[in-house]
Amino acid sequence: MEATKQYIDFFGEVRDVLAARSCSEMNARREDALKVFAEQGFPSRKVERYRYANVEADFSPNYGIQLSPLGQKLPPYCFRLSEADPRVRVLYNNVADEADSIVALNTMLAVDTLVVHVPRGTKVEHPIQVGNVLAGSQDTMVSRRLLIVMEELSEADIIITDRAASQNRFLTNQVVEVVMGDGSHLNLYDIEETHLLCTRYGSTFVRQGRNSSLHHTALTLFNGHTRNRLDVLLQGEGSEVTLGGCVIADKMQHVDNNTLIDHQAPGCTSSELYKYVLDDNAVGAFAGRVLVREGAQKTSSQETNANLLATRTARIYTQPMLEIYADDVRCSHGSTVGQMDEAALFYMRQRGISEAEARLLLKAAFITEVIETIPLHSLRDRLHVLVDKRLRGELSKCEGCKLCGPPLTPP
Amino acid sequence: MLKIENLHASINGKEILKGVNLTVRDGEVHAIMGLNGAGKSTLSNVIVGHPSYEVTEGSITWDGKDLLALKPEERAHEGIFLSFQQPVEIPGVSMVNFMRAALGAKRKYQGLEPLPAPDFLKLMREKRAVVELDSKLTSRSVNEGFSGGEKKRGEIFQMAMLEPKLAILDETDSGLDVDALRTVAEGFNKLRRPETSAIVITHYQRLLDYLKPDVVHVLIDGRIVKTAGPELAAEIESHGFDWIIKGLSL
Repeated sequence: MEATKQYIDFFGEVRDVLAARSCSEMNARREDALKVFAEQGFPSRKVERYRYANVEADFSPNYGIQLSPLGQKLPPYCFRLSEADPRVRVLYNNVADEADSIVALNTMLAVDTLVVHVPRGTKVEHPIQVGNVLAGSQDTMVSRRLLIVMEELSEADIIITDRAASQNRFLTNQVVEVVMGDGSHLNLYDIEETHLLCTRYGSTFVRQGRNSSLHHTALTLFNGHTRNRLDVLLQGEGSEVTLGGCVIADKMQHVDNNTLIDHQAPGCTSSELYKYVLDDNAVGAFAGRVLVREGAQKTSSQETNANLLATRTARIYTQPMLEIYADDVRCSHGSTVGQMDEAALFYMRQRGISEAEARLLLKAAFITEVIETIPLHSLRDRLHVLVDKRLRGELSKCEGCKLCGPPLTPP
Repeated sequence: MLKIENLHASINGKEILKGVNLTVRDGEVHAIMGLNGAGKSTLSNVIVGHPSYEVTEGSITWDGKDLLALKPEERAHEGIFLSFQQPVEIPGVSMVNFMRAALGAKRKYQGLEPLPAPDFLKLMREKRAVVELDSKLTSRSVNEGFSGGEKKRGEIFQMAMLEPKLAILDETDSGLDVDALRTVAEGFNKLRRPETSAIVITHYQRLLDYLKPDVVHVLIDGRIVKTAGPELAAEIESHGFDWIIKGLSL
């Protein structure tokens, strides 16, 4: 309760600043969001979709709250909400779940919204990269907001990266709304590579039109505490969604992925594969719900969560869920939890590969399945390298952070 | 030279090897025959350092070095290779990366730079051809989806890549049809260097017809009870082990 009050008070103090720095569409939604947040506060573990998170504790530390708008130089197809097409501006906060108090907190405090707008029939050749870099000299909370609008028959690859450049505590509350028009095609990648002092709440909401297709990949390569929510509403007949997830965690890292695929229209296809490699004392959670609504006939759905626990102290909570209210569907769901294959380890050592290297190869091999499904070849190659570096402890964040190595030398 | 003296080994507290003595000189081929459960696979596993087995007594030296003090990967670097009875499938690890890692580790141990990629791939092609291993198989994950025969040919291919000084073939003939057996055996003969010695564990004479052992041992109940020339394998093929067991005061 203490933390909830702290954020409400803060909002009261900065309400005018926000109003002055922000645009009317965003300002118009703040008071309703405040009501939701004040009523619900931070969700406890009793709230189903926050079962594996410790939200209040994550938001309690004293963060400086960032209230600066986006820079002026934006990549192609990217706009500030205030400068976006009026047809796009009205979509703000229309896809996100307004009843989620973490989303409401973002709506209260976000200063700016980055819009990615791909017009009708446009095929964007080069991937659009939205790079977020957490930096600063003090502990900071960031309320990041994105709105992606894919008009009819448009195609794009969008890569969202989340990195941290300085060794402070960071708390990110990110909300991404995605509207996909009929026949649009989007490959969306959400890659976190931060450090042990970073806490991230990510909420992504997608609405898909007829015959649209989405390939979403969530990768947690390095983090502190992460909780990702991903809701995909299949509203148009014949739409397709593929969700890939890849988590590598060790030390005391915590990664929680909570997904919903909502089959609202008939003839849609969904497939989901999330793989976790957990080492040391890492904790992972996966809760994936596939909902097939009445009338969503000819649905085809497949959901898998597979986990590799490298130690006896690493833990995974896995909860694949399937709810079907239609009678002509093909659905499957399941999860697996396994340990290192000792026979494979020995086989590799007999061939001269050291035990550490053999373990690394097995971990990378486990994750490979998800990376191989990534449509963007250049990113796939890059990720194979990043995964290898990550497992070798060679990611810059790991080398430089206070907890695992000597500090980065100041520039 | 491999020298095993009074070797006792157990698994899960159960003693399997009860005093094995065996000397294999460079270039020699030794066959070890025996009933199921006699300890043949245990012997090969102990030589390569499988962590499930505990050596309770005795010694193994390899070119004068205490082999038991070395990790499995160090034993591999010292030139000891086991062709597994049941090669393990490793989904997600490509045969190319696997061999690159194995060869790279060995060369590092020897103080050599890794082979440049074109040379490495050329070596893969050459060795693969000898055992008639399809290029599709080497581009796949290690042993994944291989037939029994392909797995065994894969083992000989790996042996050829790593050029060991001692190759242990643990029932390499099991699960092979006659043609596959010939390919594997002839491949082995072509690929091994004159100084390479071998320990061949088998139930049947057919493999030995190709490999031409210098010495044949019979292992029964954890001990080598009979050692003779290649004619012993033929006697076992026609008369079984009973006459040997009856001659022992067990």
